[in-house]
Order: sequence, then structure tokens, then C-alpha cells
Amino acid sequence: MPEELDCRYLLCPMPVIRTQARVAGLAAGDELEVVVTDPGALADVPSWCRVHGHEVVEIREGDHGVHRLRLRVGGG
Amino acid sequence: MSDRPKAVALISGGLDSMLAARLVQEQGVHVEGLNFYTGFCVEGHTHAIRQKDQERPKRNNALWVAERLGVPLHIEEVIESYKEVLTNPRYGYGAKLNPCLDCKVFMVRKAREWLEAHGFDFIVTGEVIGQRPKSQTRDKLPVIERDTGAGDRLLRPLSAQLLEPTLPEREGWVDRERLHALNGRSRKPQMQLAQELGLETWAQPAGGCCFLTDAHYTARLSDLWQARGSKNYDIDDIMLLKVGRHLRPLAHLKLIIAREAGETHFLQGYRRRYPHLRTVSHGGPVALLDGTWSEADLDLAARLVARYSAGRNAERVDLELEDTEGGVRMLSVPPMAPEAVPAEWYIGA
Repeated sequence: MPEELDCRYLLCPMPVIRTQARVAGLAAGDELEVVVTDPGALADVPSWCRVHGHEVVEIREGDHGVHRLRLRVGGG
Repeated sequence: MSDRPKAVALISGGLDSMLAARLVQEQGVHVEGLNFYTGFCVEGHTHAIRQKDQERPKRNNALWVAERLGVPLHIEEVIESYKEVLTNPRYGYGAKLNPCLDCKVFMVRKAREWLEAHGFDFIVTGEVIGQRPKSQTRDKLPVIERDTGAGDRLLRPLSAQLLEPTLPEREGWVDRERLHALNGRSRKPQMQLAQELGLETWAQPAGGCCFLTDAHYTARLSDLWQARGSKNYDIDDIMLLKVGRHLRPLAHLKLIIAREAGETHFLQGYRRRYPHLRTVSHGGPVALLDGTWSEADLDLAARLVARYSAGRNAERVDLELEDTEGGVRMLSVPPMAPEAVPAEWYIGA
């Protein structure tokens, strides 16, 4: 199971900032699941991943507006 | 220094900083972006909250720019440290509560600290001489170099040819001849340059990307400070000033009334911080109560909230008052007539 980062009820760019801080402590190949409610995070977190060379493995848009993004930390 | 010079570029999400970063990047410099989140950035929040805005593209402009440039972007949250800039600006405010020069000093200083921590060589900003009346005049630019400690490691590629050569120019890390001499408020040269550099452009919001230049927002912020008797605020205050109708019927009581379902949903998230009213006999908004009140004040507040409900023409509207512990009491009031609401009750409308 990947580590989970709860960013529910945070508005962008806070989910990105929290993700950035958590990823800084992970190693290449580690996975992280980011849980968000701001739909803006579904664009911003993947965008942040792209510019830093991390991979978005899966996005699950859930019921009740709670969404999950699974990331894999890149080697950069 | 490594073979390839390294620059940290302040990326706001606007056009100028994108162009500045690109001009340096295309000279072979390794560029990484830095963006600061003060809480007052326009983009994102209100779009995320209001249902009517759900169809708008939701994106962080700074990240969008970083993707266009193909550079990593580091976003720093500076809400707490920014308070001193906003509440006590050394160089004062602009037309609203925008402490533009202090803000620029704050951000360039942060960039200088980042540069030192990461072993980078110089800082790039999108400043243009004469572009902004408060912070980007010719006499203000040296203030930024001096107060931040950045000195001649601060390069403004868009106006560089009008300024003294900086360290990256003198060292030959960048070719001064390939930088620019933009000056003044016109946006046309930037649009032209974007085209030459093959960069997509987009409509920029008037007044920039900061709520502190917005008349409605700053009226609400001033009201908040006045009511508290101090310039204190936290992140929840910043957010709530962006949402709903704000009415102050009494000096000691403010109501934040949702304008639509998205705002109602958002305001409900604050029900453990603020007591709130909601209509139960008719559809209607949630309203947060900020302040203190007597029974008569509460009756007034309830009538005001009822005025914005579907029962506005009914004889009476029933409401619930829920305190921050979840305790509920019922109220029944005649809605206030729209013409009975004085215009001066509206804050920043």
C-alpha cells in the first residue's frame, strides 16, 4: 500500500505544496496516494509531477467529490 | 561553479516572468522556477468554490507556465511570513492594500535565500521598468537589489539593456545583446516577444493576480481589521473574504451569506468555527455569524438571512441557529424587505 497524504478540503495550490513536501522525503520508485477534494488539484498535482519528472500512475475520481491520485516518485 | 550556470526564476504565472525565464533559458542557462503562495493569489479558490465557475478551466498559472518552459517549479507557502509585509509595509501601500514594493523585496529576498541554499548563480525576474507605478519604476529597482541582498545577482532580462550590467552579464553567463530594453506600461512589446519566442499567450486579469489590488476584497479586509482593532488575520480569514455576501448590520456583528450552493457547501466547512444560521422552512443560504449579538441583533440577522432565501416573500421563515458545538435553536422571523437593507451594510459589494 502506498503512503497516503490527506489533502481533503485544501484548496489549490495547497495540495501541490503538501505533495511537494512529502515527495521530498521519498525515494525514487516510492508511491504516494494523494487524497483531494478541490477538483483543481486533479490538474495541478499532475502538472507539478510532470515538471519534476514524477509519474501519475492512477487518478480515481470518487463519489462525494473525494478524489485519489497515485504518484510514483521519479529518479530526477 | 559548474559548467552550466544556474538561475532561479520568479514565476508568477504571468507573461513577463515567463518571457524573462525563457530569454535566459534559451542562452543555455539551467533554469528552475520559484513561486510563492501568500493566500492572496486570485486564481483557483473562488473558481473551486462557486458552482457557476465549475466549467472554467482550473489550473495553477505558474505550473502552466513551468510546463510551457519545461522547467521544475518549486512552490513555497509563505502565508505566515507574508503577514509582516502586508500589515506593516516599509514602503507603504499602492492604490488599495497592495504593498507592491515590499512584496517584491520579500520575494526576491526569499529567492536569494533559495539560491544560496541550492547553489544557484543568479536570480531572474520579469520586472519591466515603468510597468508598475509602485514597484517597477527606475528608482525602485535598486531598492530591491539593496534590501534583498541580491545585489548584482539579480537579472531583469526584459529591461536589462537599460540597466547597469549585472554579474551574469559581466561573467558572460548570458549575452547582454540578446536581452531586451523594454520600458513603460504597454503590453504590446511583450506580446510581440512572446510570438518571437514561440510562447502561447493568454488574457491577463486586470490589476494582476493579487486580491490586494481588488477594491471589493480590500474593502472587506479593511473592515475585518477595523472590527478586530488590529491587522491580524489567518488563512481562513483570507479565504472567507473571497466568498459570499458580506454584510455588517451592526458594528459588532458581520454576516457572511452564501450566494449559491457551492458557497453554502464551502461555508458549512466553517460551522465549528462560527455559529451559523440556515433556513429550514424554505430553501436558502447558510450564513456565518462573526461577532457578538443580543436577542434583538439575532432577530435582525435572521430576518436578513431570510431575505436571501426562497421564502423572501413569505410571511415568516423558520431558521436554525447552530453554535460551534452543534447545539441548535429554532427561530421564526418575517423576512426583511430588500429595500429595508441599507446599502452601507454591504461590505465590498
